[in-house]
Amino acid sequence: MKSAPFDYVLAKSIYEATRYLAEGEGEAAVLAGGQTLMPMLSMRMARPSVLVDINGITDLSGIEENNTAIEIKACTRQTELLNSPIVKYHLPLLAQALTFVGHSQTRNRGTIGGSLAHADPASEIPLVALALDAEICLSHVESSRQIPATEFFLGPMMTVCEPTELLVSVHFPLTKKESRVGTGFHEMSERHGDFALVAAAAKIELDNKGSCIDAAIALGGVDGTPVRVTALEKKLRSNGISDNTLESAMELAIPEILEDLNPVSDQHATADYRKRIAAILALRAINDAITEAKGNIA
Amino acid sequence: MSSHNIRISVNEKTYRSTVDSRITLLDFLRNDLSLTGTHVGCEHGVCGACSILYDGTPVRSCSLLAIQADKRQITTVEGLCNADGSPGVLQKAFCDAHAMQCGYCTPGMLISAHALLEQNSNPSADEIKESIGGNLCRCTGYIQIIEAVQLASQRLRNSR
Ligand code: FES
Ligand code: FES
Repeated sequence: MKSAPFDYVLAKSIYEATRYLAEGEGEAAVLAGGQTLMPMLSMRMARPSVLVDINGITDLSGIEENNTAIEIKACTRQTELLNSPIVKYHLPLLAQALTFVGHSQTRNRGTIGGSLAHADPASEIPLVALALDAEICLSHVESSRQIPATEFFLGPMMTVCEPTELLVSVHFPLTKKESRVGTGFHEMSERHGDFALVAAAAKIELDNKGSCIDAAIALGGVDGTPVRVTALEKKLRSNGISDNTLESAMELAIPEILEDLNPVSDQHATADYRKRIAAILALRAINDAITEAKGNIA
Repeated sequence: MSSHNIRISVNEKTYRSTVDSRITLLDFLRNDLSLTGTHVGCEHGVCGACSILYDGTPVRSCSLLAIQADKRQITTVEGLCNADGSPGVLQKAFCDAHAMQCGYCTPGMLISAHALLEQNSNPSADEIKESIGGNLCRCTGYIQIIEAVQLASQRLRNSR
């Protein structure tokens, strides 16, 4: 399996990369960590005319913290994220999810931007971006735009990112540390490091009395894109669910709410199985998040 | 297809070459430099047989272009032996613990285990599993490989 011929250019700046992409007229591909693109080239599922290598652009690597958000540059390696104290402290959900992403060799090259741009419906990083209301920055040679994760993913391996645009960074809004927040992440896969059959991410905020005041629940592998389970979030946020009844209420509500999901049946699992484990994984993620939030009294 | 001049250091020896853009680092090492210790398995980033160290970090050479190794330090399995060409401590431990059968996965296993031992002189079985998690072996069942890495770590610690 050898890739079809292509030209190669090494971009030295974001501007240069976007210029190459514009000149490629839709036939250029961005080479970041290469953990998805290189296999697709060798299987000839991708046949770009030119590869724009962005690995040498220093502005595309690093994690920055400001008053309102954590900004992660697109070409930051997954290993760097996993080892980052900023990620561990402010984005524990991302840190948890990253342990499920591939293996150390692939994380040493694989980038956060690459996972988002590839948009596999079962991959962990898009799921976390969706659960945490991240915003994704895209640059074009003449303009740039910032897209909420809820609008970024269009379908399996499809996003709003145009072939002439470069994904430059992702912004995760900071949660106020005074609130009682907890997160949970669970997934089921055939082997550790494989793409998930189903993955579930939860972020729960409790008030002083232990009632849920905010909830974000997202599932991967149950539709063409990762999905937010808004009905479940609403149920969690609705008044009357106290600390003590939260868990049993959840247990009753989940199967009914998950009826709305549209997973596929394939050689790995049936749609029905995916739905059933989605309910279980969502419950486990919510439970972990609640337990953690209870312990996090400011 | 564009071609490019590269200068790359492999096992501390510098090579200059001209490569076509689509040639992977894996093919370059094997076909141009005749370093056939690095194995070709799946060629799409799944099996780990092609693992090498890229500036000291374990990565898959089938998922890198040869051009991307320009001005980089590469270590292949050939670079893990002693200066006189005899097997290094880790390689010897693989023989002694019967950690290979067909040997196809072995170069990748050695690279992953070597990178682990550089960071961690006394890894637990779980840490070893994590480090070789991206290397598939169809023969051994992995147990002897884990034992070999433990044996090597013990010998390395004793020799210090
Ligand atoms: S040949 Fe590179 S991972 Fe299989
Ligand atoms: S020894 Fe045969 S594949 Fe590992």
